[in-house]
Amino acid sequence: MGKMTARRPEHQSPPDIFYNEEEAQKYTRNTRIMDVQSQCSVRALELLALPPDQPSILLDLGCGSGLSGEAITEQGHFWVGLDISQAMLDVALERSAEGDMLLSDLGHGVPFRPAMFDGAAQNSACRASAEEARTAAVRQHREQQRQADEQQRRRLLALWERQQTLVENRKREREQAARKSRGSRAVFQFYPESDQQVSLIVKQATKAGFTGGVVVDYPNSTKAKKLYLVLMCGGSAPLPQGLQDEGVPEAAYNRRLQLKKGVRTTAAIREKIRQKKERRMKQGKQVHRDSKYTGRPRSSRF
Amino acid sequence: MKLITHNMLSSKTIKGVVYGYPLIIRASQVLTKDVDFNPEFIQRMIPKLDWSALKFAAKCVGHEEDLPDEPPANMADEDVLKRIHHVVMEVDVVDGFLECPETKRQFPITNGIPNMLLNENDV
Ligand SMILES: C[S@@+](CC[C@H](N)C(=O)[O-])C[C@H]1O[C@@H](n2cnc3c(N)ncnc32)[C@H](O)[C@@H]1O
Repeated sequence: MGKMTARRPEHQSPPDIFYNEEEAQKYTRNTRIMDVQSQCSVRALELLALPPDQPSILLDLGCGSGLSGEAITEQGHFWVGLDISQAMLDVALERSAEGDMLLSDLGHGVPFRPAMFDGAAQNSACRASAEEARTAAVRQHREQQRQADEQQRRRLLALWERQQTLVENRKREREQAARKSRGSRAVFQFYPESDQQVSLIVKQATKAGFTGGVVVDYPNSTKAKKLYLVLMCGGSAPLPQGLQDEGVPEAAYNRRLQLKKGVRTTAAIREKIRQKKERRMKQGKQVHRDSKYTGRPRSSRF
Repeated sequence: MKLITHNMLSSKTIKGVVYGYPLIIRASQVLTKDVDFNPEFIQRMIPKLDWSALKFAAKCVGHEEDLPDEPPANMADEDVLKRIHHVVMEVDVVDGFLECPETKRQFPITNGIPNMLLNENDV
């Protein structure tokens, strides 16, 4: 996994400051951000591999504006979400998100008793909280740096505890072994800083009794590449395959985005028209010749 | 905050707190919202619920009467499932406080969202 992708905007400030009102508004207006968010959530749900046709209860870590939650609701599950940013949660309220939400810092652990959730998903919040400690460390004096290290350590510990919560879950599930035992899973989408960080996280997870690992989607694309830490406990399922990008990776990614969301860009519309023309030609029908206007949006006067 | 969430929530993230459970609800506004009844979901949740904490929460918000004293033995009884659904999914604490039973620290609830943020020296 060579060099990691471009620096993320959360590098600039801690998450509760970075996700201010202005940033939060993007989660209602910027279709690109919204599509990526929904896309990631749908993928995370896929990776959670919940039993089919069974309403589950899920934990959405960094639930933000509730877009990820929307994907959960659409699949018939209930969710409880945590987020550190009031501005993001306000957007979720506007959106009438159906999950229940808490204002809370993941770095301080998860305030739930164990064995409640069927699965947990986190959307890139992990790196942001690790970042908080790091930014502080770079900027400030030695003394503060020591404190930040301590904070970082606690955050890792908190991550570990979070995993413990799921381990408890597994024990409980075993106790209730009457039912077909299905392990619960946690999926963390994250942007690691380095390969070492990836292996550290995986090592921690293994120590905590998890199987699983990192699933890489679109490994050859700088833009679309996404890493998901998939932790499984109970049952043994193979780690799911990462999505592959054949040929032009960004295009493959964009196409998937469009398929999922039904987004219609001019290029997508042109492609559809082209296919339709081809079909009609095969049927021996007459079609218009392609021009530079084909599939382009028209002014209302047209 | 729904009571299903309260049933899971604890203040054990505070330094020195052992259980931090159940949190005391001091509600100043409680609403009930219609939520689609999903019997299968409720059936799945019942074994996970801490019943005495649920009774306690229902009492805090004035819905104690809506809830059976014991978790139902008969999971097929739709009337009972509906009553439980009402209490855990539809009753919503919109405004007030949650209180840690051990430290008495209060967590404000605004627009239905409990603020569980802690200071660095609380954790
Ligand atoms: C990329 S956004 C995802 C938003 C969300 N899934 C949605 O659908 O809008 C990351 C979210 O994680 C939250 N976050 C970052 N660090 C956090 C932390 N330490 N504790 C809780 N939430 C955090 C941010 O506030 C932000 O809302």
